[in-house]
Amino acid sequence: MLALKQLHDQESKNDKKRRLHSSCAGHFIKSHNSNLEQLKTIGRELAMGSQGGFGQSKEFLDLVKSIGEARSKSEEDRIVLREIETLKRRINEPDIPKRKMKEYIIRLVYIEMLGHDASFGYIHAVKMTHDDSVLLKRTGYLAVTLFLNEDHDLIILIVNTIQKDLRSDNYLVVCAALNACCKLINEETIPAVLQQVVELLGHQKEAVRKKAVMALHSFHHKSPSSVNHLISNFRKKLADNDPGVMGATLFPLYDLITIDVNPHKDLVASFVNILKQVAERRLPKTYDYHQTPAPFIQIKLLKILALLGSGDKKSSEQMYTVIGDIMRKSDTASNIGNAILYECICCISSIQPSPKLLETAADAIANFLKSDSHNLKYMGIDALGRLIRISPDIAEQHQLAVIDCLEDPDDTLKRKTFELLYKMTKSSNVEVIVDRMIDYMISINDNHYKTETASRCVELAEQFAPSNHWFIQTMNKVFQHAGDLVNPKVAHNLMRLIAEGFGEDDDTADSQLRLSAVESYLKIVDEPKLPSAFLQVICWVLGEYGTADGKYSASYISGKLCDVAEAHSTDDIVKGYAVTALMKVYCFERAAGRKTSLLPECQSLLEELSASHSSDLQQRAYEFRAILDLDTNAIENIMPLDASCEDIEIDKNLSFLDDYVQKSIEQGAEPYIPESERSGTLNISKIRNHNSYEHSTHSLRFEAYEVPKPVVPTNIPTTVTYPTDLVPVTVSEPSYQPSVQPTWPLVPVSDAGSGSVSGSSELKLRLDGVQKKWGKPTYSSGASSSASNFESNRTMVNGAPQPDTVISKPHAPRQSHVEVSEEKQKLAASLFGGTTSRSERKQSGGATGHSKVSRITNPGEDKVRPATVTAVVQPPPPDLLDLGEPVADTSGYSSTVDPFKQLEGLLDLSQDVNAASASASAAATTGATASNDPDLLSLYSGIDTVGNQNLTSMNGSVNPTKRTTSLTKGPNLKDALDKDALVRQMGVNPTSQNPNLFSDLLG
Amino acid sequence: MIHFVLLISRQGKVRLTKWYSPYTQKERSKVIRELSGMILTRGPKLCNFVEWRGFKVVYKRYASLYFCMCINQEDNELEVLEIIHHYVEILDRYFGSVCELDLIFNFHKAYYILDEVLIAGELQESSKKTVARLVAAQDSLVEAAKEEAASISNIIAQATK
Repeated sequence: MLALKQLHDQESKNDKKRRLHSSCAGHFIKSHNSNLEQLKTIGRELAMGSQGGFGQSKEFLDLVKSIGEARSKSEEDRIVLREIETLKRRINEPDIPKRKMKEYIIRLVYIEMLGHDASFGYIHAVKMTHDDSVLLKRTGYLAVTLFLNEDHDLIILIVNTIQKDLRSDNYLVVCAALNACCKLINEETIPAVLQQVVELLGHQKEAVRKKAVMALHSFHHKSPSSVNHLISNFRKKLADNDPGVMGATLFPLYDLITIDVNPHKDLVASFVNILKQVAERRLPKTYDYHQTPAPFIQIKLLKILALLGSGDKKSSEQMYTVIGDIMRKSDTASNIGNAILYECICCISSIQPSPKLLETAADAIANFLKSDSHNLKYMGIDALGRLIRISPDIAEQHQLAVIDCLEDPDDTLKRKTFELLYKMTKSSNVEVIVDRMIDYMISINDNHYKTETASRCVELAEQFAPSNHWFIQTMNKVFQHAGDLVNPKVAHNLMRLIAEGFGEDDDTADSQLRLSAVESYLKIVDEPKLPSAFLQVICWVLGEYGTADGKYSASYISGKLCDVAEAHSTDDIVKGYAVTALMKVYCFERAAGRKTSLLPECQSLLEELSASHSSDLQQRAYEFRAILDLDTNAIENIMPLDASCEDIEIDKNLSFLDDYVQKSIEQGAEPYIPESERSGTLNISKIRNHNSYEHSTHSLRFEAYEVPKPVVPTNIPTTVTYPTDLVPVTVSEPSYQPSVQPTWPLVPVSDAGSGSVSGSSELKLRLDGVQKKWGKPTYSSGASSSASNFESNRTMVNGAPQPDTVISKPHAPRQSHVEVSEEKQKLAASLFGGTTSRSERKQSGGATGHSKVSRITNPGEDKVRPATVTAVVQPPPPDLLDLGEPVADTSGYSSTVDPFKQLEGLLDLSQDVNAASASASAAATTGATASNDPDLLSLYSGIDTVGNQNLTSMNGSVNPTKRTTSLTKGPNLKDALDKDALVRQMGVNPTSQNPNLFSDLLG
Repeated sequence: MIHFVLLISRQGKVRLTKWYSPYTQKERSKVIRELSGMILTRGPKLCNFVEWRGFKVVYKRYASLYFCMCINQEDNELEVLEIIHHYVEILDRYFGSVCELDLIFNFHKAYYILDEVLIAGELQESSKKTVARLVAAQDSLVEAAKEEAASISNIIAQATK
C-alpha cells in the first residue's frame, strides 16, 4: 500500500486527465446541483474534449456515453439494438476504409461485452486477422479471441493465419498469434500449430518464449495427451534466463505433476532450490511485488511442492527448511505475505507432516483467525480444515474463533465454517453440528447451496446418528425445510427405517420408534407449506402406524389425514397417500375387531374424490368404498397389519395363466404376439392377417358383435386398475366390469399367486412415469425402481398410491396387448439391467446398521426435540434483508446520482486532501464534494462511503434476526459461558494451553 | 485457473469481460446478472470472496468499479486478490492514475493489457515493468503502423483495386 502511494506521488505529476478535464472542472462543480440538463451538456462537452484523448470517432464516443447515461437496462438495450442496426448496415458496405473497419470491430466488441449478439460481424473480425497491418491484425485477434469459443466454425479460417503469424519476423505479431492460440486452438487444431509453438520455445525474445510455454499449457488443458511428450522441453525452460519464462513454465509442469507425480520426483531439488533463491531475493527487483520477492512464483512453487511431497517422506524432508524459512520471512502485514503463508500451510498439510512446521502452521492459522479481516479469517478457517486432518487437536485452541465465524453475518465466512464443521463431525458432536447446519439451511435462499447443506445434513445424520429418534427428528427438519431439494431416496430411506426398525429382535424399540415418529408427525402435520415429499412420508407413516399403539384413536388419525387431504387439495399425490392411509386406518380398526364408522369429513372426502378428475384418486375412493362393505375376514386379508415389509412371491412367467390362455385359444381367441414381433414385422403380419381382415372389412356383418373377451389374460393389469394397496386382491374374471363393483371376488395373496402377478405387472405399469418414487417402503427411485421392485419381490400390500393409474375399462383387447408388452419390454430391460434394488437395500441396510451401532436411546430427547422442530420454522432469513437494502440503495443511486459518478478516480490516491487545489481537477472528475473525499482516501483501505451506509443499515437489519440462541460478541460472561459450553459439546475442550481464550476473541 | 474476469460498476454496468472458459452468450449474461446481484450488495467489511456454483469469485472494489475473477475451489483467494491489484497497478501506470472513464473509453486497451497479464486463465507475467514494456512496444508499433496505414498501404490498396 505504501509503495503504491509513492507510486502515486510520482505519477500524479503526469496527468492526462487533468489536461483532459480541466476545462470541465467548473462545470463539474456546478453539476452538483444535479441539474439534469446541465449534466447532459457537460457530458457532451466532456466527450468532445476527450475525443482527442481517446482517439475514437465522435460517433463511438457518443455511443459509449449514451450507454453510460442510460438509466435502465432496457434503455441500454434499446441503444445497443440501434447500434447493432447501424453496424449491420455499415459493416457490409463495400470499400470501407480499414481504419473505419477497425473501429467497427471495436464497436462490435463493445456490443458483445454488453451481452448482445454481434455474430453478424464475426467474419469481419476474422478477415481482419488476415490483414498485413499489425495494427489491424492485433485488433482482429483481440476481437476473435473475445468473440469465438474454441468450438466455433470460423476457427478453421483463423488457423491458417495463426500458422503464418507464428513464423513472422515481428515478435509482436508472434505474440498476438500466441495469445490467440491459447483461446482459439482446439483439440483438433492443436497438431496444426504444435510444432511451431514448440519451436518458439527457443525464440530469442523472452516474451515469445513465455507465451509459447503458456500456449502449451493451454493445449494441455484441452488435450493432455498432446503435450505429454514435451516434458523435457518444459524442464529445459525451467532453467531459462528470464524469470518470466521460468515462472510460466511452472504452469505446464504443475499440470503434468498433477496427473502423475512419479516421473517428476527428481525435480524436487530443483524446485526447492528455485524457491530458495526466490525467497532470498535473487530475482531482479522488478519481480518484487509490494516488497515481497516474486510472490506469485513462490506460490506456484509451493503448490508444486505440495504435490511432490504428498506421501513422500524423502522429498518432503528436502522441503522443510525452505518452507520454514519462507514462513518466517513472510510479511504478515501485507495481503500477499498472507497469501504465501496460506500456501505454505496448504503445502505443510499436504506433505509428510513435520511436527515443527505443523506448529508454525498452527501459529499462522491462529494469527489468521485472530485477524480483524474477514478475508484472513476465511483463509484461517480453510487452512484449519486442511490441517485438522493431520492434527485433529489443533481445532481445540481455535474453537471460539470458529464459533465466532459461525455467527458472523458474512455468509461466505459462515459457509466456510460449516464446511469446516462438516469435516470435523464425529459421533460425539454430530447433534450440535447438524442442528446448526439445519438452522443455517433454513435461513438460506440459494437453492444450490441449500441442497448441498441438506444433503450434508442427511449424510452426517445417516453416518453418525446417536439415536434413531434423533435421526427421525433430524430428517423431519430437513424435509420440512428443504423437502423439495433433497434426494427422493432420502424420504424413501426414512420410511423404510420406520417400517423396518433398527433391531431384528427388539420389537419394543421398533414400536417406540414408530410411536415417536407418529407423534412428531402429528405435531408437524398442521404446519402450512410442507413439501409434498414430506407429506407423503407423513401420510404413509400415519396410515401404517398411526393407530398401532393404541395411543391415538382411529378417528383422531383419520381426522388429521382428512385435514391433510383438504389442506393440500391441489396435490393429487398427497391426496392419494392420504386416502390410502385412511383406508389402512379403517381396515386396521376393523381387523382389530373394533366397531368403526367413517368420520363425516372422511365420507365427504370420499364423495369428493369419487368424482375427482384424477382417475387415480377416483379409483382409490371407489376401492375404499368397496372395502367398507366387506367383512372383517376379507379385510384382514386385504390389509394385513404391519405388512409393509413382507415379501410376496411373484411368478414372472405368469405360468399360472397358461390354462386360461389355452382355453381362450381353443375358444378361438387370437394368440398373443409379442410386441417386438409385431412392430418389427409389421408388413408381414399385415399380409398374414390379410385374409381375416378381408373377411371383416369387405363384407357386412350381420351378427352381433360377440361379448368382448380378454384375448390374453395379461391385459388384466391394464384394464383393471387396482390401487396398489389392493394388489394382493385379484379378480378371478378378467374384467371389463367397472371397478366400482362392490362385490369383487377378493382373493388374498396367500392363496392365489395370481394376485401378485396381476399386481406385479400392474405395478410396473403404474410406476412408469410416476413422480412418486418411494411409495413402496423398499423401492428405490425412478424407472429402475419398477424393475427392482420385482427383484426384491416386496409385497405391495401396503404400497403407496399410484397416481397415474387409469380406469380404462373398455380397452380394445388388441390395444391392451400392445400396452402390456411394451411394459413388459421395459420390465425386461430393467430386469436385465441389474439388480440394483437388492444391493441398494443392503447398502441402506448397512446405513441403518451404522446408526444401530451407535444407538443411544435418550428418552429425554423425544420430549425436547419436537419442540425444536416447531421452533425451527422461523421465517425471515437474514440474508434476505442483506440483499434487500443495498438493492434498493443501488436503484436509488442510479436514478439520482449523476452519470459522471463513473468518472470517479480509480486509483486517484491523492491522499493529501489538503492538496486539493492541486488535485482540484481530479476531485472535479469525481464530482467530488466533501462527501466524496473519503472515497479517494479509502480506496485501499476498502472502506467507502456508500458501503459504509450499507454497513450500518446492514448491521441494523442483521442483528434483530440473529437467533436467540446465537452467541453474540461482547464481554458478557453468560454468553462466554454459553459459547464455551457449545464448544465443548462440539467435542473440543479448552485447555490450559491458552487461558486467554476469551479475552482474545471477545475483546 | 481464472475462468473469467469481470469489471462491473457499482451500478451494475459491465465495463469489461474476459472469458477464459467457454461460456455461451446466454450463459455470460446470466453469470453477470447473478454475480452483480451477489457482489454489489455485499457490505464493505465482508470477505472479498463469494462462493458461487461450486466456484469462488474473488472481487475487489476500486472506487466505484468492481474487479471480479472467478476461480476454482482449490485456488488461493488471497493470491487472486493480488492478481487483481497487480492488474490495476499496471492499468494505473499505463493510463496514469487510471479512472473508470479511462476504461470505459479505452476498453480495448484494457483488453490488450489484460492479455499481457493473464493468458489462458493464468498469470503470465508478474513483473509490472515487463508488461509495461511490452504494451509500450505494441503501442509504438501501432503508432508506426497507423502512419503507415494512413499513407502507403492506403495508396497501395487504392492502386490495387
